[in-house]
Amino acid sequence: MAGKNSSEPFWWGLFSAGGVVAAFLVPIHIILTGFALPLGWISDTGMLYRVWWVKIYLFVLITLPLYHWAHRFYFALNDMGLKVIRKPLAVVCYGGAVAGTVATLWVLISV
Amino acid sequence: MISPRPDKSMLYYPKMPATWWLRKRSYFLFMLRELSSVFIAIFLVVLLVQIYQLSEGPKSYTAFAQRLGSPGWIIFHAIALLFAIYHSITWFFSTAVVLPLRLGKREIPRNLVAALNIGAWIVVSLVILYLFLSLKG
Amino acid sequence: MNGATATLNVTRYSPGQDQIPRSQSYSVPYQRDWVILDALNYIKDHIDGTLSYRWSCRMGVCGSCGMMVNGVPKLTCAAFLRDFYPQEIRVEPLVNFPIIRDLVIDMSDFLDKLKSVKPWIIRKTEKQISEGEYLQTPEELSAYQQFTQCINCMLCYAACPVYGMEPGFLGPAAIALGYRYNQDSRDQGKESRQAVLGSHEGIWQCTFVGECTEVCPKEVDPAAAIQRSKVEITKDWFKSVLLPWGQK
Repeated sequence: MAGKNSSEPFWWGLFSAGGVVAAFLVPIHIILTGFALPLGWISDTGMLYRVWWVKIYLFVLITLPLYHWAHRFYFALNDMGLKVIRKPLAVVCYGGAVAGTVATLWVLISV
Repeated sequence: MISPRPDKSMLYYPKMPATWWLRKRSYFLFMLRELSSVFIAIFLVVLLVQIYQLSEGPKSYTAFAQRLGSPGWIIFHAIALLFAIYHSITWFFSTAVVLPLRLGKREIPRNLVAALNIGAWIVVSLVILYLFLSLKG
Repeated sequence: MNGATATLNVTRYSPGQDQIPRSQSYSVPYQRDWVILDALNYIKDHIDGTLSYRWSCRMGVCGSCGMMVNGVPKLTCAAFLRDFYPQEIRVEPLVNFPIIRDLVIDMSDFLDKLKSVKPWIIRKTEKQISEGEYLQTPEELSAYQQFTQCINCMLCYAACPVYGMEPGFLGPAAIALGYRYNQDSRDQGKESRQAVLGSHEGIWQCTFVGECTEVCPKEVDPAAAIQRSKVEITKDWFKSVLLPWGQK
C-alpha cells in the first residue's frame, strides 16, 4: 500500500486528534484565560498548573491543536494559490508545530 | 483501448483565481473554518506564555493575567472565542459525516450525532470549569 | 402561450476563432414546465444551430448535460426555467475543465482518473459459475449502496475548488467510486486501489470543503467517502507502524 511510504496518514492523524481536542476543550479555556482571570471573575495564582496530571492534560491541550493548525493553515495557503512556495510553507507550518511541542514540553517541565 | 482525445492546442483552459473563496458564501465559510485554527493556535501560545510566567513565581503569573485585561487582548479573545466555537460546531457536524454511528441496523441521523457531540462538549466544558474552580489556588 | 420570454446568456467558444470564451444572449419562449435543456434545444432548433452542448436522456440518468447555471453546477435537464424566471439565466460550461467548444468540456482527465481507481469488482480467485452467486446481506449492501448511484456527471469536479487549484487531484467522484468497491463485501481489490486513493494526489489533497456533496444530483456524498477513506488509511498506517504484529 502506498499509504505506508508517505507520512501523510501520520500528519492527518495528528490533525484530526488536534481538531477533536480543540473542539471539546479550547472554548472553555478561552473563557477562563481570556475573560474570567483578566476581568477578575475568578482569582487564581496558577498553582494548579503545577499538578503533574494537569501538566499531562496541558501538554495534550496545547500541542495537538498546533498540528491541527499546521495542517489546515498549510492547505488553506496552498488553496489560496501559494503552492509555488509549498516546501518552505510545509517547513514553517509542520516545523512550527514540532517546535511548539518542544517548547511546551520544556515550559511544563520547568514550572 | 485508447479513447479519442481532443486536440489539446484547440482547448481553452480556464484558470481558477486565487480569490475563489471570496466568490461564494459556502467557500468563504469554509475558509473561515480553516482559519479558525490560527486563532486557536495563537490562544494556546498565549496560554503557554502565561504558564511560563510561573517559573518567575505566582506574582508574575497574576500580573500577566491582569495584562490580558487590556481592551486589545479582550477583543482578541472575543474573536478567538467566536472562531473556536465555530470550529467546535463545524467539527461536530463533520464528525457526524466522517464517523457514522449505528444503532442496531439503523444509521443514526447525522444531525442527532452532531447534537450528541454538542451535548458532550457542554458537559466536558462544565467538568473543566468545575476542576479549575476546585483546583485553583 | 402568453408570449413571455426568458433570456439565457450562453457561453460560446469556437476553437481557432475565439481567443477566450464570450457570452451570447438568446431569448426563448418562457414555458413553466421547461428545463434549461429544453431552452437550449429550442435555441439549437430555432435560433442558432451552431450552439454545441452535450445531452442525452433528459431524465437525470445519463449525466451528460451538466453545466454551470448562474454559477452553480447543475444537470440542465433537472433545472427549471421557472426557478430563475424572470431573471436572466447564465449558462456556462462546467468550470475546472478545459473547454472544447461552447458548453462542451474535455472530460478525458476525469475518465483517466476514474479508470485509475479500478471501479469494478476484483477477485483474487474467481468462483466457478457452478459454485453459485456471491451472496450479500442487506447490511453488506447498505455499506456501499449510496455510492453506486454516481452517474459520472462531473458536477462534483466543477464544485471542487481543490480540483480547480490542483488539477492533479483525483477528485470526488473517482474517490467515491473507489471507496464504493472497497466497501463491497464481494471485492478483494482494496490493496490495489489504495496505492492510488492513498497517494498525495488522492484523498490527502481534499480539505473537506464539502461542496461536492452539496451539488451531487444523486446524493452520493463523495465528501463522506473521502473522509472515511482518510480515517481507514490512517488507522491502517498507525497499526502497521505501532503494532509489531501489524502487517508490514
